[in-house]
Amino acid sequence: MTEHIDMALVNWSRGQFAMTAFIHWFFIPLTIGLTYIIAIAETIYVRTGDKEWERIAKFWAKLFGINFAIGVGTGIILGLEFGTNWANYSWISGDIFGAPLAAEGIMAFFLESTFIAVMFFGWGKVSKRFHLLSTYLVAFGASLSALWILVANAWMNYPVGMVFNPDTARHEMVDFWSVLLSPFAINKFLHTITSCFVIASFFVVAVSGWYIIKKRNLLLARRSMVIGASFGLVTSIFLTLTGDGSAYYVAQKQPAKLAAMEALYDGEEGAGLVAFGLIQPGKQVGDDRNDFVFKIEIPRLLSMLGYRDFNAFVPGANDLVYGNEQQGILSASEKIDRGRTALNALAGFKEARAAGDAAAADRAREVFEENYYYMGYGHLFDPESIIPNVPFIFYSFRIMVMLGFAFIVLFIAVLYMVVTGTIHRHRWLLWLGILAFPLAFLASMAGWVVAEVGRQPWTIQGLLPTMMSTSNINANAVILTFWLFLALLMVLLVAEMRIMLTAIRKGPDNYGKDPGGATGPSDDNNKETMGYNHTSKEGGRHV
Amino acid sequence: MFEALTHLQLQQYWWLIMSVVASGLVFLLFVQGGQTLIGTLGKTDGERTMVINSLGRKWEFTFTTLVVFAAGMFASFPLFYATSFGGAYYAWKIFLVCFVLQSVAFEFRRKKGNLLGQKTYEAFLYINGFLGVFILGAAVATFYTGSAFYRSEYNLSYWQTTSYGLEILLSPHNVSLGLAILFLARVLGAQYLLNNINVAVIRQRARRQVVVNAGIFLVFFLYFVTRLLLMDGYAYDPVTLQVFMEPHKYLNNFLQMPVSLVFFLAGVVLVLYGIFVTWIRHSIRGIWYSGPGTFLTVLALFFILGYNNTCFYPSSHDLQSSLTIQNASSSHYTLTAMSYISLFVPVVLGYIFYAWRSIDRRKIDEDDMKEGGGHHVY
Repeated sequence: MTEHIDMALVNWSRGQFAMTAFIHWFFIPLTIGLTYIIAIAETIYVRTGDKEWERIAKFWAKLFGINFAIGVGTGIILGLEFGTNWANYSWISGDIFGAPLAAEGIMAFFLESTFIAVMFFGWGKVSKRFHLLSTYLVAFGASLSALWILVANAWMNYPVGMVFNPDTARHEMVDFWSVLLSPFAINKFLHTITSCFVIASFFVVAVSGWYIIKKRNLLLARRSMVIGASFGLVTSIFLTLTGDGSAYYVAQKQPAKLAAMEALYDGEEGAGLVAFGLIQPGKQVGDDRNDFVFKIEIPRLLSMLGYRDFNAFVPGANDLVYGNEQQGILSASEKIDRGRTALNALAGFKEARAAGDAAAADRAREVFEENYYYMGYGHLFDPESIIPNVPFIFYSFRIMVMLGFAFIVLFIAVLYMVVTGTIHRHRWLLWLGILAFPLAFLASMAGWVVAEVGRQPWTIQGLLPTMMSTSNINANAVILTFWLFLALLMVLLVAEMRIMLTAIRKGPDNYGKDPGGATGPSDDNNKETMGYNHTSKEGGRHV
Repeated sequence: MFEALTHLQLQQYWWLIMSVVASGLVFLLFVQGGQTLIGTLGKTDGERTMVINSLGRKWEFTFTTLVVFAAGMFASFPLFYATSFGGAYYAWKIFLVCFVLQSVAFEFRRKKGNLLGQKTYEAFLYINGFLGVFILGAAVATFYTGSAFYRSEYNLSYWQTTSYGLEILLSPHNVSLGLAILFLARVLGAQYLLNNINVAVIRQRARRQVVVNAGIFLVFFLYFVTRLLLMDGYAYDPVTLQVFMEPHKYLNNFLQMPVSLVFFLAGVVLVLYGIFVTWIRHSIRGIWYSGPGTFLTVLALFFILGYNNTCFYPSSHDLQSSLTIQNASSSHYTLTAMSYISLFVPVVLGYIFYAWRSIDRRKIDEDDMKEGGGHHVY
């Protein structure tokens, strides 16, 4: 299909997408998750009329606003990058992949951007209930946006609902509902969105914890922490359940990713789950060295989690590369041969069509369809390349899982302490809550590494390799724009973080414009002591 | 419902949808036009803040419409998305940077700790307003004038210049549309601000800017349209799908599709009437004429671009590589599915109108910039 592959172009294109996606991800969890925290606080305000809850909602909305704008800006980069850097992919999969993106724009982005204007500028101009409805619609819009883009992403990992059309040389959708409701897509959406909720919860816990350490804004901090920890606890439990679902679907459709997640080289029945281990440095597919320097393994659990059967066979990297006749697994070389047969048949089909030879075209099409399933393999040169980077994925997976379980314990501890009114006595826990915020990001980014690096060497699992998906341009163009966007986004990221930290330091009474000073209510919690003395280095402003 | 339509009918329907979104987008570029007038209309920090806040309450509509246009083209005409974005690479990347800068500028501008200072973020708004709009206009001009790309039998496209889109600036015809859109956006921006800000001195300056920029706009617009009507256009045979050059193709399209001619003339008259009432009658309602006028004019220009067997993204390098609504579109199934999603558009327009009206009941003035209690001020 293309004359030659420029690996510099492929690698820099991947690098640019990874870089922009990771920076985009810095902002998305707070955009998605904080809206619910704001909505909860505003709901309580509307129901009780307690002005403190209004103040809490407005404070988190202010921080949300700082974060939201740059999330929008980094998002458009990714959307257009499919066209600019992945033009071949955009054509070959556009018939399926474009639809969720357009649906996201029509159904979610407008909802979000319209009602965020009411959320920001509507205080005092619209009724309380309409304002609250707008806040919920922003939350719903952000989640709906996540649904559509994750449906698109899930399809890349778990392609369903389409056929390949040799006339147009692309995949075409034949079942919208199976794309939208694919179990992989539903699970991916639930898993990702709950990770956003957990991160946002830690943001609230961290900021609130800092106020308690500093003995400032105590009522706001305590109430926010109750919301943050409760929301975080519920969603982090749900996160582990959806994580289990993710592993199950990976096992069904992406056995190479599962093998990398577990550093499983030789498949086995009743395979154990490696709780932790150190992979043998330099270990390669096909060599006979030990897999691990050491490992702690839970017997049979991998078979159970992957196939819901303690005795199921889980293929390892060697089985997938070299085949396993007993288990009916074709070798990668065999798949590559069949893939090349498919590609040659496709070329023959095109030639026959151009020559007006209908019979030859039909014969070529028949051969193509027999081997279509392996079409993507026809582009590969090296059988070993079907296994993604094992150590990177193995360790990333463990970072994500271990932190995920630790977060549940931390949320329980924080919630218990804050409800019993003793949290201010446990500064170590407050600091741990602050530390957990970046760790939650680390966990989620590790999760993305597992999902996306683990999908390699494919953009569409098994059907289109990454190296075939780029635009047909000079690598220098991508390198130049890589550095341009890196410089731009790093500056904006630092600016955003500084603005956010400044706003947090100033606290909730700095509404509206900054240079003019505070214009909101002067204090929140003179009566709220939580056991503190009424002394402060800040002129008694908050405590 | 949509299943009963032929593939061609669905392609035509989706070209209509995209034309409507593009027309809405050009109207909403009043935000960008207004951004280029911040320093002209606002001589003090307070005045500039009012101008920026007035625009800041609308920027996301423009931004979202832009995103929806791009995503809609991806879904409905993916070959365009792949060919244009993947080929005119530098042009679209520069365009992208302009909009990334805008996205943070309003929110960060006066925030403490913003690293770059207020003036830098205001400069971002100027860059977005001037460069972003100009590049968009020049890039859209290539939809008529053509670009140098080759499309393989597998529908993979190969750009034929290493300047990857920067060469569009070498054509006076492309540049003229870029400048026409830029000055039109400035006219609309001044009209919007005139309507939205209740401060006499700003209104006086905005009125003057409407007139000055309208004059410049008309020069470039007339140049573009005159050349468009006189030039040969990229046509294709609806049966064989073979592309060929047709003398006065776009003039023929206007004549063979009278609706587009009526829309075009009505649109131009409305734009001019909006300018007239602003200038002569000192009305603040000029935007309500020039805005819909812009919409109708762009709609007509998109009709003559995509309909009547016309190539909407022609290749000047290889005629047969040119893109049409027939060879660049998604499949019948996908267009059908997308057509159901398009039924949400009236709902979207409805709630935008309602929400917009709710927060725009009161015009922006100095008092509005002082409101506290969580009220968001840029």
